[in-house]
Amino acid sequence: MGNFRYRDDQPHEEPAVTLDAFLEQPDATAVRLEAGEDARQLIPHLDRLQLIEVSFPRFRDGRGFSSARILREAGYKGELRAEGDVLIDLLFFMRRCGFDSFASQHSLNPVDVEAALNRYSNVYQDATDEAVPIWKLRHG
Amino acid sequence: MRILTGNDLKTGAVIWWTGRDWSLHVEDAADVGEHGEAVLAAEDGARRVNGGYIVDAEATPDGPRPAHIKDRIRALGPTVRPDLTLKPADPTAGDWVI
Amino acid sequence: MYRYDQYDQAMVDARVEEFRDQTRRRIAGDINDDQFKPLRLKNGLYLQLHAYMLRVAIPYGTLNSVQMRKLAHIARTYDRGYGHFTTRQNLQYHWIKLEQAPDILAELATVEMHAIQTSGESIRNISADQYAGAAADEICDPRPWAELLRQATTFHPEFSYLPRKFKIAVISSKEDRAALRWHDCALRIVRNEAGEEGFEVYAGGGMGRTPFIAFPIRDFCPANQIFSYLQAILRVWNLHARRDNIHKQRMKILVHELGEEEFRRQVEEEFQTFLALGTDFPQAEYDRIAAYFTPPPFETGLSEEIDRSDPEFALWVDRQTVRHKAPGYAIANISLKPVGGIGGDVTAEQMEVVADLAERYSFDDVRVTHAQNLVLPHVRKQDLYAVWGALAAAGLADANLDLVTDVIACPGLDYCTLANARSIPVAQKIQQRFADMDRQLDIGELKVKISGCINACGHHHAGQIGILGVDRKGTENYQLLLGGSGAEDTSQAKITGPGFDEDGVVDAVERTVERYRELREPGERFLDTYRRVGLDPFKEAIYG
Repeated sequence: MGNFRYRDDQPHEEPAVTLDAFLEQPDATAVRLEAGEDARQLIPHLDRLQLIEVSFPRFRDGRGFSSARILREAGYKGELRAEGDVLIDLLFFMRRCGFDSFASQHSLNPVDVEAALNRYSNVYQDATDEAVPIWKLRHG
Repeated sequence: MRILTGNDLKTGAVIWWTGRDWSLHVEDAADVGEHGEAVLAAEDGARRVNGGYIVDAEATPDGPRPAHIKDRIRALGPTVRPDLTLKPADPTAGDWVI
Repeated sequence: MYRYDQYDQAMVDARVEEFRDQTRRRIAGDINDDQFKPLRLKNGLYLQLHAYMLRVAIPYGTLNSVQMRKLAHIARTYDRGYGHFTTRQNLQYHWIKLEQAPDILAELATVEMHAIQTSGESIRNISADQYAGAAADEICDPRPWAELLRQATTFHPEFSYLPRKFKIAVISSKEDRAALRWHDCALRIVRNEAGEEGFEVYAGGGMGRTPFIAFPIRDFCPANQIFSYLQAILRVWNLHARRDNIHKQRMKILVHELGEEEFRRQVEEEFQTFLALGTDFPQAEYDRIAAYFTPPPFETGLSEEIDRSDPEFALWVDRQTVRHKAPGYAIANISLKPVGGIGGDVTAEQMEVVADLAERYSFDDVRVTHAQNLVLPHVRKQDLYAVWGALAAAGLADANLDLVTDVIACPGLDYCTLANARSIPVAQKIQQRFADMDRQLDIGELKVKISGCINACGHHHAGQIGILGVDRKGTENYQLLLGGSGAEDTSQAKITGPGFDEDGVVDAVERTVERYRELREPGERFLDTYRRVGLDPFKEAIYG
């Protein structure tokens, strides 16, 4: 199975619509962002959004990492889901960029997923997660 | 003729398809005719080869000689380090490449 | 030099275990090569022509003797007794087994080394001036900044799946010894009018099939904001680069397509975003790192005298040593370009000789240069003779720095699966043609750079004489280029015309050199003459 969710709230049931459709539907609460689409277009609507699904059409296409950070940096608190060619070795970076759920097209072994997420106890730099960068640990 | 080469998954050594198995020596390479893709798919799936591909070669009395210089260097070893090739004792081995 | 604390050590140790796990999954068949490839590349492991190749990071080209001995040990134990220093100040092993690669990384981790981000579409190992901390002309040692950025860019979550590779260089002098503007992001430490330290930033450089020289994107970025600025550059590129054609995904292409002004505007906008996030490392962290790079305890009152009675030694001193900032000391360059040898290749035994010399005579410090040579940065002048003697005994005392035989060459078709033609034999033939020392000295500075394919690992675009190997209907063919530079007068070499076979290109180089000797005015280097007279007189000499 390839679905993992790291949130305490209930999963959002409404299907995610395309960005264009979302911008035209004032009551839509879930959107799917394709690679290459501008995440900043969602910023005026973050209050009503409960689910943003960011597409990873190929694992090599890392645009979604920037999209995720832009959304979190703008204050988005809802579910942020990475969807598509999501491989185990991307999960750690995705979590750090603010993704809190994964819908991988691959079957991912939960043990491997846990190992990948917990491999590094510390990080060198700030991102969009709670991890304290090493420089902060060094200087108290 | 068409022969198959690739690298051994675990060691990276250059290998050639003999028809049944893989050999370090291009002399052992078998003509695969039109079956190259099928053999490669099966062997890659079984993880007996990595990065396999089909090579055009000429049949000679000494065995297959790949058509392209890159594959001849693959078969022998670096021309600038005869000591590291498969034929370190043969001072003329490099002539086969060029 | 920098030393790991428990955090740095835990990071590389975890990386070794991660790669061990990834390798296990690949060998067990849990992942295929398509999925494994980007993972192994992020650990510098390529599948090459004859075997796997491991590229070891040498951050900003600095090594100590323990590290150098470990590199020798790995060469002897896991490879075939040698390693190859590259144009990116790294070391490559050409005969690695996948099943042993995790063990090699574990060995490296014991001496605070790794292969993290030495390949793949990531922020690569950061290069710097090889004379850092020793050069008389530097504003400050650039390596603390390089180390700070090394940490900041290691496993950066947003920028670990970039459109393509991303190369950073840092220097702090006017003279450029690091091919600065051939990098994606080039940083030169400067002081502004108020005396504050900051960076002159260039962006969008790179060689490869579409060469560009980095353009000046910002005159002055305050030093303590450089990580924000760098992230801004990376984000603009990551969001907007093409993803449909691997040959058009380097940042230089985006800069070219957007235009310098628009690219700069977007970076400035994103810069404000990052400044507001406050992700820059604080002064205290810079100070902590910089403390590792305080100058070694140079002795005072040393003699400046060098006994030049041995003419071979005198020649080596004149050619290979450079002025040091401390009186009584010299920077000693070690040539890895013996005539007829393989440029950049060093045996395990030679590594150990260099390690011993560094430990004994150079405050335990060795540098790797982008020209594939080594440097002992801090040698007392009175010790130069002993150093030279030991180098000579190890076959490392050639006196050809920046001369026509100091050829940069990529591994080429002898080793590389991407290559179209061999590079090393061409380099060797040029060396043999110009082996006569008097002739080399008469020609003077002449930087020859050879690549075996358009990826340009041999820096042919930056060669005063560049050679590019191509595949012409299955045979090796070589194009000749003139007028490039990787120094502060950066320029891109131009193709002279139709290509040649191996001997033909060596003849063409000789005709080029002879024409230069006819045309030069007193004091002119080859590059100066070329720039004064242009390409035509040389074309005439080459093609008749």
